[in-house]
Amino acid sequence: MRSYLARRLASAIPVILVVAIVGFVLFRLTPGDPAALLAGDNASREQIERTRQYLGLDQPLHVQFARYLGRLARADFGQSIFLGRPVTTAILERLEPTISLAIAAELLALALAIPLGLLAAVRANTWLDQAAMALALAGLSIPAFWLGLLLVFSFGVKLGWLPVGEFRPLRDGVVPFLRHMILPAISLGLIQMALTARMVRSSMLEVLREDYIRTAHAKGMTGRAIVLRHALRNALIPTVTVVGLGFGALVSGAVVVETIFALPGLGRLTASALLNRDYPLIQAILMLVAMIFIVMNLLVDLTYAYLDPRLRIRY
Amino acid sequence: MPTSTPASGSVTEPRGAAVSALRPAARRTRPGLTRLWRSRYTIAGLGILGALIVLALFADQVAPYGPNRMRPTERLQPPSAAHPFGTDDLGRDILSRAVFGARLTLTIGAIVVPLSLLLGVPLGVIAGYYRRVDGPIMRIVDGLMAFPAVLFAITLMAALGPSVANVIIALSLAYAPSAARLARGSTLAVQAMTYVEAARALGVPDRRLIARHVLPNIFAPLLVLASFTFAVSVLTEAILSFLGAGAPPSVPSWGTMVAEGRNFIEAAPWLMFFPGCCIAIVVMGLNLLGDGLRDLLDPRLRGGLPGSGLS
Repeated sequence: MRSYLARRLASAIPVILVVAIVGFVLFRLTPGDPAALLAGDNASREQIERTRQYLGLDQPLHVQFARYLGRLARADFGQSIFLGRPVTTAILERLEPTISLAIAAELLALALAIPLGLLAAVRANTWLDQAAMALALAGLSIPAFWLGLLLVFSFGVKLGWLPVGEFRPLRDGVVPFLRHMILPAISLGLIQMALTARMVRSSMLEVLREDYIRTAHAKGMTGRAIVLRHALRNALIPTVTVVGLGFGALVSGAVVVETIFALPGLGRLTASALLNRDYPLIQAILMLVAMIFIVMNLLVDLTYAYLDPRLRIRY
Repeated sequence: MPTSTPASGSVTEPRGAAVSALRPAARRTRPGLTRLWRSRYTIAGLGILGALIVLALFADQVAPYGPNRMRPTERLQPPSAAHPFGTDDLGRDILSRAVFGARLTLTIGAIVVPLSLLLGVPLGVIAGYYRRVDGPIMRIVDGLMAFPAVLFAITLMAALGPSVANVIIALSLAYAPSAARLARGSTLAVQAMTYVEAARALGVPDRRLIARHVLPNIFAPLLVLASFTFAVSVLTEAILSFLGAGAPPSVPSWGTMVAEGRNFIEAAPWLMFFPGCCIAIVVMGLNLLGDGLRDLLDPRLRGGLPGSGLS
């Protein structure tokens, strides 16, 4: 396991480098003068000049890239144009609602997807299977922002059952948290639910054909025990991938969902940065998400190797 | 996009899945077509795509009014015989705007799909064919895939400014890595086939071998991917337009229409309802088509293919 870990960590280095190069290209794409942009609106000529030197924009390209790497390592993305504060600070302040929302959405998705996928596989090609997969198809096709608006309209406006447009942190109590979180979590989690349900179904079908399932039948185990104890456990392994890599989708989805439900998170920050053309801020968010994605990927692979020792040898 | 594919050479049911979509390629002729014809869902998907194309091409004839015709006296009218989908806050007919919106959707899909394949497939085939460059190319692809497509497109749009051309550039770049990854996996699988070995033994040059033996045989899985890429680009364009970073306001776009309807959600919910329906129906049709094609190519797989996800 340890040598696998070492090899896997080593293979992440070139990937991080590629991400950094893309980040650098995007940084160079900054509209207008990056130095003036990053120094802020009220910067004097000298301040802009100092920023230019700090960024290394007066240096050859490879020096600029080296400096960029250095700033990346320090998570230094300059000043937000619109907020007039360091980008990193602005991002950190907005993390809590987004993380709460992403976790709530993922849990909701799993709670629905695993039973759905399981039922669909066990009753494959029956009406139950068809209904479950139709639901998954709908989940893949309905845009999150539209679903969010439909939920706002029906539960917020028409029925008036749930509050819309506010965030309550978990420490304020579970019930207010849930009341404010349930609609956004449904909008954001629907796609994850659909992807996971499909994954659970297909890997269940695969596992149910294995020899050890037949052996279990031959031993005289009950169907329920076979499905839950032998099949589901193994079928859930590929689900780790969907969950781990769904993170990127959740953050992307949060951009629209937080906008609709007026949650003060990273997603809404991204949406308003986009409208204000706050390029340094958007760039920083993208780089942050890409880096987290690489870490999640690493964790997914390590979880896999932990769950399935055969993989440690193969790679 | 959240592909169900781990970034570097790791475990991977999806990659195996994509590759095994290759297997029945050989007997893909007549019985395949008959089976395609028999699958109601695939037909439904094809029908929806066909309807989109007809609406886009004949929008002028189909739409009852011009997309930008304003009638201040007819603002915010609920659906009626004269305006089946109602009117918006400027008195524009929503049905007509929705019909013209099909143009943008089709344009995006019809350009982004081939462009992303054109960018990704050569890289993937080279990586799969010449093992020496495989590692470097795939690490680059892995790095690109670390960026979620929607956020990546948002960043590019912020740099380049909102226009249809920029949406197309952003989406093609965002979806090229999945094409490269699938092309590589499929090339590897084809390379293991006896007929490639035979051709090589006969001294067929690399270029010809790739053109005549590899490319035709990785076409099938790429076709499935094309269908899903179309679906996610429709969704992502809608998201960009919804956020105000997609098509400029003068171009009728379903995403923009939903965004405009958001301000009138209490007084006139039909503003956001119908354009959203259009997006959902088209994306569902493309997903049905992709699923159907995949079942046709390999009935064993009914889970996910890399790239079937959205982000």
